[in-house]
Amino acid sequence: MFASCADPKTLEGLAWLMCYLTSGKHMLFYLSFGTVILLLAITAPVALLFGFGGALASRSRIAPLRWFGKTYTSMVRGVPDIIFFLFVPIALDQAFEWLRAKAYCDPSVPIRQGNDFVVCPAAKLPLSTAPEWVHQSYGVFLAVIAFAIVFGAFAANVLYGAMNAVPKAQLETAEAYGMSPRQVNRRILIPQMWTYALPGLANLWMILIKATPLLFVLGVEDIVYWARELGGSKTSAYAYPHPDWRIYYFLGILVFYLLMTWGSERFFDRIRARLSSGQATMAGEAMRKAAS
Amino acid sequence: MKKLMLAAAALALTAGMGMAQTVRMATEGAYPPYNFVNDKGELDGLEIELGNELCKRAGLECTWVKNDWDSIIPNLVSSNYDTIMAGMNINEERKKAIDFTDPYTPPMPSAYMALKPDADIEGGVVAAQTNTIQASHVASTGATLLEFATGEETIAAVRNGEADAVFADKDFLAPAQAESNGELVWVEGHDTVKLGEGIGMGVRKSDTELKAKFNTAIESMKADGSLNALLKKWFGDKALQF
Repeated sequence: MFASCADPKTLEGLAWLMCYLTSGKHMLFYLSFGTVILLLAITAPVALLFGFGGALASRSRIAPLRWFGKTYTSMVRGVPDIIFFLFVPIALDQAFEWLRAKAYCDPSVPIRQGNDFVVCPAAKLPLSTAPEWVHQSYGVFLAVIAFAIVFGAFAANVLYGAMNAVPKAQLETAEAYGMSPRQVNRRILIPQMWTYALPGLANLWMILIKATPLLFVLGVEDIVYWARELGGSKTSAYAYPHPDWRIYYFLGILVFYLLMTWGSERFFDRIRARLSSGQATMAGEAMRKAAS
Repeated sequence: MKKLMLAAAALALTAGMGMAQTVRMATEGAYPPYNFVNDKGELDGLEIELGNELCKRAGLECTWVKNDWDSIIPNLVSSNYDTIMAGMNINEERKKAIDFTDPYTPPMPSAYMALKPDADIEGGVVAAQTNTIQASHVASTGATLLEFATGEETIAAVRNGEADAVFADKDFLAPAQAESNGELVWVEGHDTVKLGEGIGMGVRKSDTELKAKFNTAIESMKADGSLNALLKKWFGDKALQF
């Protein structure tokens, strides 16, 4: 980074540390914080969408749709996350490549050759000539899908419960005003359910934040990977030899995760206050009393 | 519309045929001096230098992929990359899943390293990296095997007393031993254990063409002495030679 860092062996003390902390490897470490935040920012809305779909499907009047919703929520919630994370990305990747192989490859060459899963070069996803960042983004994309399926199932159950918690009287009143079932859903049920869903969704968000180290299982290099890699003791094969410093790196990550969860907690507190006002819940009642 | 789609498919097909294929080579990036991520954040080590030279000789375009050691064979088998160069010893168990090129190192000795030279490696706790020939060797002795995901963690386990000794490739342990100011020592009588058939490049069983290309390249590097020079460069003057 700096010109003075050209020969780290001659440096000492603070100058050495400055150069060490700005090495190319550390830059990758700092960037990986961005990866984690980006993944959270994409996964949370997608998972919420999956959850919303799952909850609506579970309440549907159409039986097959209802069965689908129920199966999705109970099956995914019942399988250990780590198994899901190992299975979904590889299965998805092979499914995509299998479909592309059907379109682009010579059908006489088998895709399964003994132990091997082989498609022709044109069907590879991403193509083997694609630059490294395409491969990386594809990995992140598969990770987002895996996270969204798992957390979507939990969110679906939370939202399903919240929808059932909306007082029946409110829905009946809406019907009495002549609203169609669809209008009742859109105007009363969905706006009213959030106050009941929020504690469960907030929990899920916290768990999602803490689940991001699972990224490395999927081959995405996250902060925990880099902390372990940078913190391990280094011999003079490296430019900056040092003993086992993992504890400092892990302490840094600890602070990052605590800041993330602390910030989220404050954010959820504000939303909770907003959603509770005017509700026939204990929190809403307490707000009404405080105001009067 | 249908015509358009057909044309698009045909275009994609021909485009796919016309392009040169890039060989994706996987490594762990955490096993110096074989392969590691240097302070610039780039892959470095014997296998990186060797792999690049082999690709040049075989006339292939290559790129490197970093992959976790644990899932390095499954990802090769499902074609996420085409070769493995990650200090992987050739042995019978692995040959059931994948094929290997000719070894590009002589059979490398393994060694036990501990805090004291008389550490109990028969009845004590011995650390080794998961899915390595060293781990299976420890499991076949009377010692309790303690497995870790990376080689670095096995050495740390000995330093903090979690394990009585670590068993790994001697060339991997040697720099740590030499720079520990006498803290880490070889276990007496067990500093050179012969295991494995040498380190080779892993390829898919169905990929015989690629294997042949790399075998020719390895052969030519053995013949002109450049492979021996590389081994000397990364393992020191006492490195085993072909």
